[in-house]
Amino acid sequence: MSTSSTPGPVPEPPIHVRGLEKSYKELRVLRGVDLDVARGSIFALLGSNGAGKTTVVRILSTLLKADAGSARVNGFDVATQGADVRESISLTGQFAAVDEILTGRENLVMVARLRHLKNTGAIADDLLSRFSLTEAGARRVGTYSGGMRRRLDIAMSLIGDPPVIFLDEPTTGLDPQARIEVWQAVRKLAEGGTTVLLTTQYLDEAEQLADRIAILHEGRIIVDGTLDELKRLLPPAKVEYVEKQPTLEDVFLALVGTATKGEQR
Amino acid sequence: MNKHFLGDTAVLLGRSLRHIVRSPDTIITTVVTPIAMLLLFVYVLGGAISTGTASYVNYLVPGILIITIASGISYTAYRLFQDLQGGIFERFQSMPIARAAVLWAHVLTSLVANVISLVVVLLVALVMGFRSGTGVLGWLAVAGILVLFTLALTWLAVIPGLTANSVDGASGFAYPLIFLPFISSAFVPTASMPGPVRAFAENQPVTSIVNTLRALFAEQPVGSGIWTALAWCAGILVVAVAFALRTYRRRIS
Repeated sequence: MSTSSTPGPVPEPPIHVRGLEKSYKELRVLRGVDLDVARGSIFALLGSNGAGKTTVVRILSTLLKADAGSARVNGFDVATQGADVRESISLTGQFAAVDEILTGRENLVMVARLRHLKNTGAIADDLLSRFSLTEAGARRVGTYSGGMRRRLDIAMSLIGDPPVIFLDEPTTGLDPQARIEVWQAVRKLAEGGTTVLLTTQYLDEAEQLADRIAILHEGRIIVDGTLDELKRLLPPAKVEYVEKQPTLEDVFLALVGTATKGEQR
Repeated sequence: MNKHFLGDTAVLLGRSLRHIVRSPDTIITTVVTPIAMLLLFVYVLGGAISTGTASYVNYLVPGILIITIASGISYTAYRLFQDLQGGIFERFQSMPIARAAVLWAHVLTSLVANVISLVVVLLVALVMGFRSGTGVLGWLAVAGILVLFTLALTWLAVIPGLTANSVDGASGFAYPLIFLPFISSAFVPTASMPGPVRAFAENQPVTSIVNTLRALFAEQPVGSGIWTALAWCAGILVVAVAFALRTYRRRIS
């Protein structure tokens, strides 16, 4: 996509994790996770349900404390410099974290004010237009579709231009059109220099978006590389499965007919 | 980080107050039960209750105000639970805000909503013949006690709001609080109750608070009862805040 890690004297990557461990009582969810995410890149953390993806994201966004290991985000330690980490990040959780009773615009203004910015109205209007929500801006979010909520959710995460954004399963529960809308939004983010760590259980999503993919399995990163590197590792049967999914989606999109598809291909 | 505490609390308070303005049913459902009880006890049952006072409405209003607060604060647990469920709580916690502001906004929202509910119930009581000749100081004392009691119960409501697993669990805890006034001097004088019930009634917080409010409304000396009432309110408040903050810290770390 854009500037992936170039060799030379580079500073510490914006997301730097070593030996991360976390247990819930007897259950060892993370058993030593290592990962680095380069500035301005999209990094996909793949894994099945319960693999610990959300736990990694929650630790990195200071919502949860790790049992062992170290994690630094934008150069700040998540355990000891929580406030600095929170200044540097935005989190879009698994469920669209929007206020349903407020309007879309009010949601954006609220987040802008909580980030202590000026001209909150102008920021809100700009984001509404960037995410094609201008017309819906004055409506209560409770009336929005799933895709619109998710777009608003991501728009809220962009306020204040945080250098690092975590997207936890950003397209789970969305229909194919809405997924494509979210993908477009994520690509624009990385093009603007934002570092994106996204978790997903959809292989095609990682394939579509990520500069680098890591697979989290039984508490450890078992593979970490570019799509091409991973393709060489995976058994052919799995590759076939990956290729099938978009085909069905193409059929669906062709039958339903959508303008967004044309834009993105 | 705390330099933003007041500003962040104001932003989040504005958010919750919008919720109340846009779904006024939270106020309506809060005042329906107390008003229904007011009507039932004044016009149906009150004639058979001898309180030793001339007006049963005047006797009843303090207890009804306590019931209003007890049913109003359950919305704090409900709103907090909804925030946790919806994920917006985590969004706030992952942002560079004063983290305590999230709780304080809910507590202040409860205070505002309860004051509105109390005023509505008092207006209905006035229409039904409630009268008080107490002066500004008397009303200030009444308001002070009601605010303190609201704060105490609101912080209590924060605990189930943070820990409940379901909406019913979050708001259901208030039912015992609503029924506490029934075993107190709120509806009938405690002297008519059998021994153990009477002992409980006379030593639980509602009786001392109700008696104090009643004395203030009737311009009678409050005696040492006001200190018992204030001690109960302050005691519940301190314990509830301590437990709520401990629960909150556990929840966000």
